Amino acid sequence: MIISVDLDVCQNYGQCVFAAPEVFDLDDNAELVYQAEAPDSSRGEIEAAVTACPVQAIRIVG
Amino acid sequence: MSRIVIVGGSLGGLRAAEALLAKGWEGGIVVISAERHPPYTRPPLSKGLLAAAPDIAAVELRRRPETDAVDWRFGVSAVHADLEARRLTLSDRSVIAYDGIVAATGVRPRRLPERVTRNGFTVRTLDDCTALRPSLSQGTRLAIVGAGFIGCEIAATASALGCGVDVIALDRAPMVMPLGEVVGAAVQRRHEARGVKFHLGRSVRTVDSSASGHILSLDDGSRVECDVFVEAIGSQPCVEWLEGNGLDLTDGVECDNSMRMGGRSGAVAVGDVARFPNPLFDDVPRRVEHWQMATETAARAAATLLADLSGTPAETKPFRPLPWFWSDQFETKLQSFGSPALGERAEVLEGDLAGEAAIGYHRGKQLVGVVLLGMPKAAPRLRREILDSLSLEPA
Repeated sequence: MIISVDLDVCQNYGQCVFAAPEVFDLDDNAELVYQAEAPDSSRGEIEAAVTACPVQAIRIVG
Repeated sequence: MSRIVIVGGSLGGLRAAEALLAKGWEGGIVVISAERHPPYTRPPLSKGLLAAAPDIAAVELRRRPETDAVDWRFGVSAVHADLEARRLTLSDRSVIAYDGIVAATGVRPRRLPERVTRNGFTVRTLDDCTALRPSLSQGTRLAIVGAGFIGCEIAATASALGCGVDVIALDRAPMVMPLGEVVGAAVQRRHEARGVKFHLGRSVRTVDSSASGHILSLDDGSRVECDVFVEAIGSQPCVEWLEGNGLDLTDGVECDNSMRMGGRSGAVAVGDVARFPNPLFDDVPRRVEHWQMATETAARAAATLLADLSGTPAETKPFRPLPWFWSDQFETKLQSFGSPALGERAEVLEGDLAGEAAIGYHRGKQLVGVVLLGMPKAAPRLRREILDSLSLEPA
């Protein structure tokens, strides 16, 4: 599955990191980094990250 | 066809519908929403949306495609639920028979007594935000009654728009309940550095309104003159429609740890209106008015409701969500993990209160909460410390 994060909207609150730590992370500057492609087996966690994001920055695009 | 009715069409109601569908509910879902807008996210109403132009498109919550099958009824509210008969009466006098019910009615703003004034604004709904926005411009004198998170966020937003801002509150420090006095005072200094004036330990006695504005007379005899004022003195759970069912409605609706209202089968509550015990901390039922908690309680409540309706056992694993919220005030990004309000003492763990800081709140040996002023990098590590401490240390 393909994930897209609108980094102009993202506030780096890290809620997605707690929901799907294998896909999302905060780098040394506390800014979001993420895997744009993830296995379908991670769908549940990624959907949890989408709903946990307080600014709706994350989309599953494919 | 069997039917679940969700009373409340905001974040909690939407998340409940999504969770029910995701967990395989194949019956009907009806959502009753007192508002005329589709579900939207409220935090920007006192922050960015108030600074810009209020617009539903900017705050509307994305809905999963599956929710297209949901029967959304906007602009109608629940008048009475008969939990025994499983019938819900609406404000348009129609009655809905249901199999399962979700209470997601949230809260409404507390108001100053009507004998004092009826001229204040509130900021809870998009329509509130739209009504207030035109009054705020360069040079507007704005008074805010209440120094909780909503009041302080509006103060910061309006100040940045060029308004002169006075904040009046009974408390000794802004946001004293959730943050404690030391951190509240530190945030107060940041507001004061930007020109916000605080009148703390004061209440509003009378309000004299005229064409030229309002005069708020305080209990120490002082006066605050303003062009417009906002009431931000907390909230009241919307539970009247649940009366007559023998539920404990003293502060929201009391729920068990599975989110069942009064332990009743087939009746659950989510979000701001639900008072539930969180064994992460103790067995005391509490309401948690955090954005994130609407989603967490909705997931648990949906699982419980589906188990009740199918006659299968509900999840036995305790529901132990870690509360989290955030606030933006001027350039300060504040985050809170856990329940700082349960702490008996606060200490600066890292940084300093004049700049970026992490503050820990302890109850006995337990780290029950952490507040971050900035310091986003510390969040994952300190969040983990709270969870470890609450699992390892006795209460």
